[in-house]
Amino acid sequence: MTDIEPDDTVDARGAACPGPLMDLIGKIRSAESGDVIRLLSDNDQSLTDVPEWAEEAGNELLAVEERDDHNEFYVEKA
Amino acid sequence: MTEHVVIVGGGTGGTVLANDLADRLEPELDAGDVRVTLVNDDPDHVYKPVWLYVPFGQREPDDGRRPLDDLVDDAIDLRIDRVSDIGPEAQRLQFHGSAPPVSYDYLVLATGSTLEPDQIPGLTEGGHNYYSESGATDLRDELLEFTEGDLVLSVIGTPHMCPAAPLEFVFMADDWLRERGLREDVDITYTYPIQRVHGNPHIAEWARHIMAERDINVETFFNAESVDPDAETITSMEGSELDYDLLVTIPPHGGIDLIEEAGLGDDGWVDVDKHTLEAEAADNVYALGDTADTGVPNAGSVAHYQAGVVAQRLASEIRGRPATATYDGKTLCFIETGMDAASFVEFDYENPPSPAPPSEKLHWSKLAYNESYWLTARGLL
Repeated sequence: MTDIEPDDTVDARGAACPGPLMDLIGKIRSAESGDVIRLLSDNDQSLTDVPEWAEEAGNELLAVEERDDHNEFYVEKA
Repeated sequence: MTEHVVIVGGGTGGTVLANDLADRLEPELDAGDVRVTLVNDDPDHVYKPVWLYVPFGQREPDDGRRPLDDLVDDAIDLRIDRVSDIGPEAQRLQFHGSAPPVSYDYLVLATGSTLEPDQIPGLTEGGHNYYSESGATDLRDELLEFTEGDLVLSVIGTPHMCPAAPLEFVFMADDWLRERGLREDVDITYTYPIQRVHGNPHIAEWARHIMAERDINVETFFNAESVDPDAETITSMEGSELDYDLLVTIPPHGGIDLIEEAGLGDDGWVDVDKHTLEAEAADNVYALGDTADTGVPNAGSVAHYQAGVVAQRLASEIRGRPATATYDGKTLCFIETGMDAASFVEFDYENPPSPAPPSEKLHWSKLAYNESYWLTARGLL
């Protein structure tokens, strides 16, 4: 269980690929440098999409938390 | 007591639904038991797929416009007005100006997408698009004079209207420039925000292969951050920069603010049950087409099929019967792969697309459908 306090949360549960990643990108776009965004996604594709994009964009994936019916991704904007 | 169905939005979804209800509920409408009102803020219905052909000098924007009055059944009350407030609890709509509010028993939101180019600094000044009438004619003027340099097509964000249209544009531009003997003097680059060239993996794999064959450059994971119209560059959140001589973009899209203000969903899209199309946050409210957040493409065929489902459900509810019609995600789409060839895909929630081999026959089928679209709007096709 992470103790990271996100600055904002995107709830993309129920969205089909690439919805969760695009929702995260949209939120990061308007975030400040250093902000942590939490993404909630129940799409398994996010487990590869989010780390790949975070690395490509130079943002840091701080943690991935597995919940009963979804995953939570914590991404810090560079 | 007369039941009042109000449809907001006179695009494909709203217009097909209105005409479907006029047919389906004819006895109730004739008896005065039901009233259907279609509200639109423009007296014309616009068939947006025509805009794809405008930059290549093949069609005019007027080819995609018809007065709603000519398309909508006389049994439907047509109201040209702009909604200023959606009140799901009071089941009432308010309008700009001095027009009195309207109460509804059933509301269908079919308000579509809006372009939001101002989200990206410099985009309005530096970028062209074919997602609006004025954008398409401005791009036509530029493209007809364009003979050499870097042509960049950048998809900025999803969802956007017609997910196939960016692919179609670069395939058509490639072919069109070859036909004119200019292709060797033009570099075409296509950018997409995720790690493939289209949101759907099956279509992405198919399109990526064609791009490689045609020497169309690809930049994936490219989320435009800003455009510098003076330096003619576009930069991405991922840190890459592209030079352009002609920049064509799919601008960021959003719904309408009224939907978020009414508590029906974020970014102007209504949260719905993806099978029944009923709003999750309000009773007696449906959404369809781009407005419904279902995850399926923002495409005319989707709005068309969803309108049929909503019409059946509304008719059942009005007649006091259980509503059983559901939407299965059905999407049909022609994809132009050049100036005289096209592919075709059909898919739904359960079955992925498998693009058909491009052919001249499919290209003509697409053009034939575009001509017969007005029968769709009238509810006949």
